[in-house]
Amino acid sequence: MLLTAAAWVVGILFALPVLWMILTSFHKETDAAKNPPDVFAPLSLDGYRTFFDAGPWPPLLNSLTASILSTVLVLLLAFPAAYALSIRPVKKWTDVLFFFLSTKMLPIVAGILPLYLFAQKVGLLDNIWWLILLYTSMNLPIAVWMLRSFLAEVPVEMLEAASVDGASLTRTLKDIVAPVVMPGIASAALICFIFSWNELLLARVLTGTVAGTAPVFLTGFVTSQGLFLAKVCAASFVVSLPVLAAGFAAQDKLVQGLSMGAVK
Amino acid sequence: MATATTARTGRDQLDAPSRALQKSGAWARRAPLLPALAFIIVMTQVPFLATLVISFMNWNAYYPDERGFAGFDNFARVFTDTNTRSAVLVTILLTVSVVVVSLVLGLAIALLLDRKFAGRGAVRTLMITPFLVVPVAAALLWKHALYNPEYGLLNGLLKAVFGDNAPQPDWITNNPLIAIIAALVWQWTPFMMLILLAGLQSRPLDVVEAARIDGASSWQIFRSMTLPHLRQYIELSALLGAIYVVQNFDHVFTITSGGLGTANLPYFIYQTFYTAQDYGRASAAGVVVVIGTILIATAALRTAFSLFKEETR
Repeated sequence: MLLTAAAWVVGILFALPVLWMILTSFHKETDAAKNPPDVFAPLSLDGYRTFFDAGPWPPLLNSLTASILSTVLVLLLAFPAAYALSIRPVKKWTDVLFFFLSTKMLPIVAGILPLYLFAQKVGLLDNIWWLILLYTSMNLPIAVWMLRSFLAEVPVEMLEAASVDGASLTRTLKDIVAPVVMPGIASAALICFIFSWNELLLARVLTGTVAGTAPVFLTGFVTSQGLFLAKVCAASFVVSLPVLAAGFAAQDKLVQGLSMGAVK
Repeated sequence: MATATTARTGRDQLDAPSRALQKSGAWARRAPLLPALAFIIVMTQVPFLATLVISFMNWNAYYPDERGFAGFDNFARVFTDTNTRSAVLVTILLTVSVVVVSLVLGLAIALLLDRKFAGRGAVRTLMITPFLVVPVAAALLWKHALYNPEYGLLNGLLKAVFGDNAPQPDWITNNPLIAIIAALVWQWTPFMMLILLAGLQSRPLDVVEAARIDGASSWQIFRSMTLPHLRQYIELSALLGAIYVVQNFDHVFTITSGGLGTANLPYFIYQTFYTAQDYGRASAAGVVVVIGTILIATAALRTAFSLFKEETR
C-alpha cells in the first residue's frame, strides 16, 4: 500500500513539469506569470495564438519532412543490411555489426566542421536534403542493430521452403521476412523519427531561414520575442506533441529501440 | 567469443541441408549489406578523418592567409587553455553526475514499479513523460517555467508554502551547473528506469520464490540475486546514457548558453568553430572528445557484446 502510494507520488512528480507546461500554455500571459502560481486562472488560447502567428508551419513541415524521409531512407538501407547480418550472415558478421554500432558512438561534434565546410562548398547549406542524409547516417546503426535482432527470429524453415519454391531474394524478403518483422520495422521507424525530430545541433549549424527545423525555430522564437511564459509553453508543447503521442502509443518498443535492440 | 562462434556454426549447420540456399555466392550474400556500409563510412568516417586532418592545421576563417600546417599546436592549446580545460572538466562532471544520479533514481523507481498494483500502467506512462519531451523544449521548460526567479514554479511553490517572505533564489545564477544537471537527470531517469525495468522483468521468478521460502530477506534477495542479474542492464544503461550525455548540447545551449562556467566540450566546439571560426582548434577539441568517447565506448561495446552472447546462446 505504502509502496503503491510512493510509486504514484514519484510518477506524478516526474510528470509535474510537463503537466505544468501544458496548464501554463492554456493561461493568459498575465496569469501565467503570477507568483505564487494561480492554478485556477481562466483558460485561454492566447499562447497558442501568438505561437501560430509567429509562422511555425515552415519549420514544423521541415521537421516532418526531414524526420519522415530520413526514416524511410534508413529503413531502405538498414533492412537489406540487417538481412545480410542475420538470416544468412556474411563472414565476420559480428565485426560488421559492431562497426555499425561504433559509428553511433562517434560524437556529432567530431565531424560537424567538415560537414559544414563541405555543405558550404557545394551549396548545401540551409538545404533540407543535406540534413536528411545526415539524420539517415545518425540513425542507420540503431536501425541495423534493432532489425537484426528481429530478423534473427525468422524461422530458417520458412526461408528454405521459399527457396525450394524458387522465390527470388526480393520476393522472399517482401512476402516472407517483412510480415514477420513488421513490429521490428515499426519500432525502428519510431525511434528514428523521434531522434530526427529532436535533433538540434546539426540543424542549428547547417540550416538557416529556409530549412530550419522545429527545434531551431524554438530556440530562435524565444530570444526574438522576449519572454512570454504561456507562449513558450505552448510552443514547447506543440513541438513535443508528435514525440509524446508516438512514445505513449508505443512504450514497449521504446525500451528496445533506446537500448539499440540489446534488451528484449 | 566461444559461444558466438558456436552459435554461428550452429546456424550454418541448420543451413547445410538445403543446397539451394548455399548456391548463392559470397557476393550475393554481401550485396544487401554494401549500400548501408558504404553510406555509413562516407557519412561518418570521412568527416572524422577530415576533422583529424584539420586538427593539425592552423586554420581560422577570419585569417585565411595564415592557413597551414600547425603540428600539435592546436592540441597543446586545447590542453593549456583554461577555457578548454574547464570544458573538459565540465563535460566529465556533467556526464558522471547525470549518469550516476539518474541511474540510482532509475533503479529505485524500477524496483517500485516491478510489482503489480493499481494503476501501474498509468504510473509508468507518467514516468516516461520527461523522456518524450523534445530536449530543447525540456530545457526551455526548466529555464523559464521552473527556474525563473520571478514566476518560475519552484519559487512559486516556495511562496505558496512559506508565504510572501519565502526565499526566492535565482536558481540558474546561483548554481548554473546543478541547474543543468537537474534538468538532465529529470530527462534521463526514465531512460534508465525503462531499461532496468526490462531487466527486472526478465528475472526468473521461481528462483526468487524459492529463496524467499528458504527464509531469505528482501535485502538479501536484492543483494545476492537481483543486483547480479541486473549488472549487465545497469552497465548498458550507464554506458548508453554516458554516450548521449557526453554529447549534450541542447541543455547547455538553452539554459546558460555556456555561460557561468557551464560550457561543455560540445558547446565549446560549437562556439570555437561557429562563432570564433577557429577551425583548427575546434577540430583538435573534437578529436579529444572522440578519444574520450572511445574509452567509454570500448566498455559499452564489451557490455553490448556480452548481452549479445546471452541472446545467441
